[in-house]
Amino acid sequence: MTRLLPVLTVLLAIVALWYAAVAPMNIRQALDMAERGGAVVVPEGSRVRSETSVWTLMAQNTGEIARGYALDRPRLPTPVQVGAELWKTTGEMALRGRAFSTRSLIYHGWITLQSTLFGFALGTAIGILGAVGIVYSRTMEMSVMPWAIISQTVPIVALAPMIIVLSSQLGIEERAVPKAIISAYLCFFPVLVGMVKGLRSPSREQLDLLRTYNAGGFASFLKLRLPASVPYLFTSLKIGVAAALVGTIVGELPTGAISGLGARILIGDQFGTPLAIWAALFAAAILAGALVTLIGWLQGLAMRRMGVRA
Amino acid sequence: MDIEDVVVASDLSLTFKTADGPVHALKDVNLTINKGDFVSFIGPSGCGKTTFLRCVAALEMPTGGTLTVNGMSPDAARKARAYGYVFQAAGLYPWRTIAGNIRLPLEIMGYSKAEMGERVDRVLELVELSGFGGKFPWQLSGGMQQRASIARALAFDADILLMDEPFGALDEIVRDRLNEELLSLWDRTGKTIGFVTHSIPEAVYLSTKIVVMSPRPGRITDVIESPLPKERPLDIRDSREFIEVAHRVRDGLRAGHGDEL
Repeated sequence: MTRLLPVLTVLLAIVALWYAAVAPMNIRQALDMAERGGAVVVPEGSRVRSETSVWTLMAQNTGEIARGYALDRPRLPTPVQVGAELWKTTGEMALRGRAFSTRSLIYHGWITLQSTLFGFALGTAIGILGAVGIVYSRTMEMSVMPWAIISQTVPIVALAPMIIVLSSQLGIEERAVPKAIISAYLCFFPVLVGMVKGLRSPSREQLDLLRTYNAGGFASFLKLRLPASVPYLFTSLKIGVAAALVGTIVGELPTGAISGLGARILIGDQFGTPLAIWAALFAAAILAGALVTLIGWLQGLAMRRMGVRA
Repeated sequence: MDIEDVVVASDLSLTFKTADGPVHALKDVNLTINKGDFVSFIGPSGCGKTTFLRCVAALEMPTGGTLTVNGMSPDAARKARAYGYVFQAAGLYPWRTIAGNIRLPLEIMGYSKAEMGERVDRVLELVELSGFGGKFPWQLSGGMQQRASIARALAFDADILLMDEPFGALDEIVRDRLNEELLSLWDRTGKTIGFVTHSIPEAVYLSTKIVVMSPRPGRITDVIESPLPKERPLDIRDSREFIEVAHRVRDGLRAGHGDEL
């Protein structure tokens, strides 16, 4: 707990920076509003102001800066505004018994979470199986590894619409399936790389030891390579689950989806409601944080069972 | 061939092909190890002592000559689980307890649960680690870890124990203690032991037969049958016989070096 103070200080500094940034970000909008409300603003006219730097505008209209902190559709909302919007679309709706209404972020988060977990499971399975293949077969290593690396250089936003078009060609109408595939596409790679490293982590001596017991390939996989790879696996899973969430959200963006956090971000953009975007972004961040924490907790549990020093 | 001959090497050679040309790790090695022998291999780095042990264990393939273990090819002997091997690093699995580590070969060889438990207890007692079965390796000192790895090699019924500098990384005091324990263990179990070491006192103290080797090419320069009695307290190292044998080992090592200088 001795670190509480420094951690809080850093957190406060970030919030302070955010608050400071709100003023220049929103000054033009604030001045437009003020002008419309009949106040005198220097210089007059929104077009003239667009030629003037925000710093000058702030210096010439110090009285109107505060307005930027209370806009309905701010370019950059304050943390309190984002928090309020988050609460309005989650806790408050839950209190009114409408947690799963289509206006609730709990509903959209749940949709995203489902696809994320589905994609995560799929990606992890592909990653682990691929790694086992690569470690045990030179042919697999030469044929799969380059494609795995190339696959990650293709921008996922370019690929996502194609996956959706292709899966609807195949008669898959369920939106969750292509989303999960996109999510698995991003998620399998860190798992694959981590598991290859983990399965190869046993030393020459450890492998020789098993040879002196005349152990078969399956026994050495089960007794040595697999347990040796567990720490690597968990580290990869933490990256993988975050990648799976990103994949799902990307899968929800360009696809005409109407539910999910990605769809909320897109809709917020189209309807000019930055608060909705920010609330969805924070919901996604909270979700990612929760998933990574959960895996970290499972890792701790597994490591303790495997006798690692607490 | 005599049934008492556990390891027989004749004109054994092993040449590694490297980018800098062939390396003669072993050249024309002739050696017989009898049942119940305690044979030490001593020599500078690159003399082939570890390579020879690895050939016996079928972890390396000789490129010339013949080698039999228990009258079979080394690989057949490995498949028959004829030997236990102790590496320089204890190499215990960190995720298994000490008992779990000793169970490892037994699990692979398909022993029953009851038999495993019984054997684990027996070898733990043999290496004086009773009561430590439930501990994880990191909770034990280096010396205790190495004892556990010896127990692991003793857990199944192999008559041969191959040890590759097992005490090389331990300090002098722990080493003395483990040497004494190893002798008494050898005495009680009647195993045939092949033991690689860098240390002249260790080789002389432990062995019934000392094989002195030299590098480039790796070969045997002297084989010394120890005149020391089987009963060996630590202070035997101050006796005249002991010092004489140590002298002869040192001379053998120097002669091996003389060739290349």
